[in-house]
Amino acid sequence: MNLTLKIWRQKNAKDKGQMVDYKIGGIEPDMSFLEMLDVLNNELVEKGDDPVAFDHDCREGICGMCSLFINGEAHGPDRGITTCQLHMRKFKDGDTIYIEPFRAKAFPVIKDLVVDRGSFDRIQHAGGFVSVNTSGNTQDANALPIRKDNADKAFDAATCIGCGACVATCKNSSAMLFVSAKVSQFALLPQGRVEATERVLNMVEAMDNEGFGNCTNTGACEVECPKGISLENIARMNREYLSASIK
Amino acid sequence: MALDNKIPQGSISSKWTDYKDHIKLVNPANKRNIDVIIVGTGLAGGSAAATLAELGYSVKAFCYQDSPRRAHSIAAQGGINAAKNYAGDGDSIYRLFYDTVKGGDYRAREANVHRLAEVSVNIIDQCVAQGVPLAREYGGLLDNRSFGGTQVSRTFYAKGQTGQQLLLGAYSAMNRQIGRGKIKMYNRHEMLDLVIVNGKARGIIARNLVTGEIERHSAHAVVIATGGYGNVFFLSTNAMGSNVTAAWKAHKRGAYFANPCYTQIHPTCIPVTGDHQSKLTLMSESLRNDGRIWVPKKLEDAQAIREGKKKPTDLAEEDRDYYLERRYPSFGNLVPRDVASRAAKERCDAGFGVNATGEAVYLDFAAAIERYGKEQARIHHLDENDPKLVYDLGQKVVENKYGNLFQMYYKIVDEDPYKTPMMIYPAVHYTMGGVWVDYNLMTTVEGCYCIGEANFSDHGANRLGASALMQGLADGYFVLPYTIGDYLADDIRTGKISTDLPEFVEAENNVRSMIDHFMNNKGTHSVDYFHKKLGKIMWNKVGMARNEKGLNEAMDEIAALREDFYKNVKVLGTADSFNQELEKALRVADFLELGELFAKDALHREESCGGHFREEHQSAEGEAERDDANFSYVAAWEYKGNPREAVLHKEPLVYENIKMVTRSYK
Repeated sequence: MNLTLKIWRQKNAKDKGQMVDYKIGGIEPDMSFLEMLDVLNNELVEKGDDPVAFDHDCREGICGMCSLFINGEAHGPDRGITTCQLHMRKFKDGDTIYIEPFRAKAFPVIKDLVVDRGSFDRIQHAGGFVSVNTSGNTQDANALPIRKDNADKAFDAATCIGCGACVATCKNSSAMLFVSAKVSQFALLPQGRVEATERVLNMVEAMDNEGFGNCTNTGACEVECPKGISLENIARMNREYLSASIK
Repeated sequence: MALDNKIPQGSISSKWTDYKDHIKLVNPANKRNIDVIIVGTGLAGGSAAATLAELGYSVKAFCYQDSPRRAHSIAAQGGINAAKNYAGDGDSIYRLFYDTVKGGDYRAREANVHRLAEVSVNIIDQCVAQGVPLAREYGGLLDNRSFGGTQVSRTFYAKGQTGQQLLLGAYSAMNRQIGRGKIKMYNRHEMLDLVIVNGKARGIIARNLVTGEIERHSAHAVVIATGGYGNVFFLSTNAMGSNVTAAWKAHKRGAYFANPCYTQIHPTCIPVTGDHQSKLTLMSESLRNDGRIWVPKKLEDAQAIREGKKKPTDLAEEDRDYYLERRYPSFGNLVPRDVASRAAKERCDAGFGVNATGEAVYLDFAAAIERYGKEQARIHHLDENDPKLVYDLGQKVVENKYGNLFQMYYKIVDEDPYKTPMMIYPAVHYTMGGVWVDYNLMTTVEGCYCIGEANFSDHGANRLGASALMQGLADGYFVLPYTIGDYLADDIRTGKISTDLPEFVEAENNVRSMIDHFMNNKGTHSVDYFHKKLGKIMWNKVGMARNEKGLNEAMDEIAALREDFYKNVKVLGTADSFNQELEKALRVADFLELGELFAKDALHREESCGGHFREEHQSAEGEAERDDANFSYVAAWEYKGNPREAVLHKEPLVYENIKMVTRSYK
C-alpha cells in the first residue's frame, strides 16, 4: 500500500522541530509499524537524507523502549500492544499517518521521535526496591507463604514495562499509573510492607519533582497501557500515601 | 599462552566451598577506593553491579539502552531452574548438574556447571526476598513447572514473563545502589574499546550515544556482561541492539573467544514472511507439551498449500506426517531444541514446507483441543460425542494454558491458531559460545571478566530451557562478587587509574579513527544492506546444518563482504550527535569479523554436537555423531589481526563425575 507519513522531525533538544511529510509505497500488511519505518529510513539513507530517529529494541512488546504517538494515540490504534507489535494491516492504502514523540515536560525530546525518560528511572531510585542485601543469605523462599491472590495482583502490577504511554496519553502528563504500579507491587507483598511508608512518600515526592502532573481520574492511561495496568493501582497508592502521611 | 582454567582441587561438591574459604578478601575501607566497570545491565551485569556496589566497591555501569530495565534478559519467557526440590520429585544439585552437562552434549566444564547448580538455590531465595512475584500455589508456596531435557519439576516462573520479573528484581537492586550513590549509571553509552595498562584491563572507551562524545573511563577491573551474538544472523530473537562489540573489542585486545559455532536455534518461532522482516518472535517451548508438529505426507499437498489451493484442515489424518513422533517415538514432540530444529529443516529442505517461502511446519492443537474437550465433557457429565461442545470446552482449556501466546501469534500472523494450525520455523535464539573465561570468570586478559551469555562456560554445545536466567544471576549475584575480590585484593594500594595514560590515548584514537572512517566514507548503501547480506550467508552456510564446502565459501564471502562494507557503507548525520546509523555501523563492523571466526570454528570442529551439526558427521538415520576422542575440548581462539588467522588453543574437557554417553531420544 501507499501511505503519506507526517513525522515530527527535531534535530536535538534545542531545535524547535516540525512535522515533515513523506510518501512511501510498497508497504505490505504483514509488516510491523517499525518495519515500515525501517523501509522509510533505508530509502532516506539511499537518497542521502537523515533517517528518522526512533527508539526500539526487543520488538516483541516487553522491553518498553519503543514509543510513538500514532494518529493521536500512544502505541497507535490497536489495544494491548506496544508500537513494535502494531502491524500495517491496521491501516489502509492511501492513509495519512501522523507520527509524533511521547510528549511531556518530564520527557524532553532528544531527537525526532526519541525522548528522554530518565525521570522514570529517578523515581525508581527513590524507592522502587526492597532493601535486602544480594548476598543470597536470606531465608528460604518458602519460609514466607504469600496468598496467591495477592501474589497474582502484585505480578499484574509488576508487568509494567515503563514505556511512558500513560504519561503521553494523560492530559495532565501524570505518571501516577507508572508509580502506583511499583508501589502496589510492593504494598501487596509482605517483603515490601516493611518499608511501605517511606517508599510511597519518597516515590511520590520524586514524581512531583520531575514535573509530572496530577491525576484527575480520567482513566485514559489505563486504556492506552500496553500491559493493561489497572487504575486500581492508583487508588491503592492514594490509600498508601494517605496513611503514610498521617503516620 | 597455555590455557589455565584454574579449577580448584578437591571433590566436585566441595570445590566451590573450599575455594571461597581460601580466597583473599578486601576490607570494606579499601573497597571504596576500588573502581569496577560493568558493561551491560541484564541479569548478569545488573546483578553484578548491585552486589559489587553493596559490598562497597565503586561501580560504574554502562548500557546502550535508555535504562538498565530494557536489557534483553527481559524477553525470556519460560522460567528459571533451581535445584530446590520443592516438588519432592527427587531433584538435587547433582541432578541439575548432570542434566546440564548432558543437555550440553558433554562440551561444558564440570566444575563450573556444578557450582552453577549449587548456587541455583540461593537465586530463588534472593529473588523472593527482593519482592519478585514468582508464581504461587493456593497454599502460598512457590509453584514449579517442568521443561525439556529433564525428568523433574524444577522450573520457577512468573507466567510467561519470568525474565522480565527477574530483570526488574536486579534493576531494583541496582536502583537502591544508584540512589545511595554507589553505582554511577551511564545509560545510552556504548563501550567501543578496552584499555589495557601493563597487561591489566584498566578501563574502557565509551561513546555517549546522545551527544556523541568519546569518553575515557578507568577502573581496577572491567566486567563484560553484554549478552550473546545471535544478531550476526541479522534475523534472530535477540533485541535489535544486541551486539558483540564489547566482547569483540576485548577479544581484539587479547581475550580468547571460545566455541563461537555453538548456537542455539530454537524450533518454535514465527516464520519469516519477507525481506522487510527485522526480527523473529519466539513461541514458548511449553507449546510443544500439547501441540503436534507435522507437514503433509505428499509433495503435491505441500505445493497446493503453498499456493493457497488447499488448507491444512483439508488434509486427512493419514495424509499428515507427524515427523517427530515418527522419528523419535519415545520423546515425540518433546525432543530437545537442537533435534527438533534440524528435523523441521530436513522436511522443509525436502520440499514439504507449508508457507509461501517453503520454510514453515505446522504446530497443531486440534488433537489437544479434542482431548481436553472430551475430558471436560466427562467431568461435567455432558455429551462427549457432540463435536461442537467438545471443541468449545477444549478451546477453553487451551486458552487458559496458552492464551497469551495464541494472542501474540494472532496479532503477528493474523490467523486464528484455535481454528488453523500455527506455522512455525526454527530461529537463532541463544549463543552458547562466547569469551573464554577461567573458573574465576576472568578472561585471558588479566582483570577483564566476562559473565552471563557473553561468556562460554556453562552450557556446552546446547543450553537447556530455563538455564540462561539461572546462569546470568548466578554469575552476577553469587560467583563474580567472590572471584573478583580475590583479584582486587592486590589492588588496594594502586590508587586511581589515570585516564591520561598513553594507553587511553591510543585506544581513544583507535575509536575515533574508526568513527571518522564511517563518517567520511562516501558509500552507497545503508548499514542494514550489509547486515542482511551477512545474515543470509550465516543462515544458509553456517546455520542449522553445516558442511566443509559451505563453510569455506562462507569464510570467503564474509571476508569479501567486509571489504565491500568498509568501502561502500553510507553513514549520514554527524559523529557528535545522536546517530543510530553510526551505532549500527560500529556494531556490524564487529559482526563481520566474528562471522568469519564463527565459520572457521565450525569448519575445524569435525563432529556434530549440540547446536553444531556437520552434515559429514551423521548416522545413516541423520542423527548427530559426536567425536569424543578428537573433539572433547573447548576451542579458544586467539586474535591475530584477521579472523581467519586466529590461533586455536585447546582446553581439554575432563569428565570425572559424569560418564559420557550418546544422547538418544529415539
